[in-house]
Amino acid sequence: MKRVVITGQGTINPLGRDVTETLAAMREGASGIGPLDFRDAERLSVGIGGQVKDFAPEELFDRQELALYDRFTQFALIAAREAVAQSGLEFRDELAARAGVVLGTAGGGVNTWDESYRTVYEAGKNRVHPFTVPRLMNNAAASHISMQFGLRGPGWSVATACASSNHAMGQAFNLVRAGGAPVMLAGGAEAMLCFGGVKAWEGLRVMSREACRPFSATRSGMVMGEGAAVFVFEELEHARARGAEILAEVVGFAMTSDAADIVVPSRAGAARAIAGALADGGLAPQDVGYINAHGTGTRANDRTECAAIADVFGAAADDLMISSTKSMHGHLIGATGAVELLACIMALGEGVIAPTIGFEAPDPECPLDVVPNVAREAEVSAVLSNAFAFGGLNAVLALRKAP
Amino acid sequence: MAQEVEAKVRAIIAEQAGCDPAEVTPDSSPESLGMDSMALVETVFAIEEAFDIEVPFNANTPEEGGFDITSVGAIIRAVEDLVRERAA
Repeated sequence: MKRVVITGQGTINPLGRDVTETLAAMREGASGIGPLDFRDAERLSVGIGGQVKDFAPEELFDRQELALYDRFTQFALIAAREAVAQSGLEFRDELAARAGVVLGTAGGGVNTWDESYRTVYEAGKNRVHPFTVPRLMNNAAASHISMQFGLRGPGWSVATACASSNHAMGQAFNLVRAGGAPVMLAGGAEAMLCFGGVKAWEGLRVMSREACRPFSATRSGMVMGEGAAVFVFEELEHARARGAEILAEVVGFAMTSDAADIVVPSRAGAARAIAGALADGGLAPQDVGYINAHGTGTRANDRTECAAIADVFGAAADDLMISSTKSMHGHLIGATGAVELLACIMALGEGVIAPTIGFEAPDPECPLDVVPNVAREAEVSAVLSNAFAFGGLNAVLALRKAP
Repeated sequence: MAQEVEAKVRAIIAEQAGCDPAEVTPDSSPESLGMDSMALVETVFAIEEAFDIEVPFNANTPEEGGFDITSVGAIIRAVEDLVRERAA
């Protein structure tokens, strides 16, 4: 079995247009959530979200590219460029032939679906843009990354709702670990913040109209965000041989299915995934200092997640910090685990634990240290990142400090 | 109006609970009719569509928002209030 490390990271999300801006915002406990600004937003009952603001795609992509790139693909490419640049990798010859990409996205080109439906239903036209299908397909972002960097090895996309990017990164980890590829770009991208996208979520009545307050007794639901994060997963010896800077080591991954309910989370399903990631990574509960929680800010998730952590960690839960950075960037759905992995790597590399902001009062059913409101300096040597999707599909990653 | 609202609400709840409208008595609770949170969300949606009203209901905080869902009678009264507000 090979060891797997992360040698590059990139992002664009409501907290920042790159990793530096994002981590600065997480350290400050800043919020990227605000009033939604897009066509027909005034007809929504949920008026807030984590939108990527001050974003001018025409400055980053040419006209031909924009004709082919849905917003989620644009986000994915921006994140991948930053990650690859940091890694210093150049994909040529045998490396290009064997390296690949796996990205999570729940909705794919939701904006493209929305616009083309408007065209035929609302505007009554009988013609849509010729590239509607290649823009909206779920694998578009993964494919454009493979084309951009000439990655000719394994490439695919994963759709498991809110766990998509954790499933994608877990598969990248297992592929590199098994020797199937020396390098994989992995992460997630999502851009559902458009009228049709938010309208669909409103229907479930789990959205907050004021803020995302995970683990707080005053929580009022989830807030949707958008963006992407992409990481360079690299085989340890490959990274060492070229003198690459190593950001963290990926040591464990587990996925489980609740086989129970299409939306209600399961304590047992979550606990089995958490325990599985620990076992896969050769970690004992007391080795883990921080968990980046799924922490959606819904009553169902937060209570179930805290109970599952307590089940697995037992007394060690008392020494554990958990936080939900969704309080700052919102729920990026299929990209959320990827953006949240940035907080995990910051915890390991910089000794800074991102906070759960918007926390007002403890919930007796969430009796863990949720790092309320203010970031904390703390040395941690191992961390977990939780993702529990609608459909009962759970995916948990375990990381250690760079070797 | 009151009887019309009551009949419609009982029919909606009966459909979601999968029972006969006669079993949907004012003192029965959604739980006693076997309704889970998803059935409640669907019920609220059906009520909004039937009466052209906006029901303040968040599945995270069902006890807040002023829309009482503890019993069928409470739901009927809340819908009557919202229908009156809309007409006013």
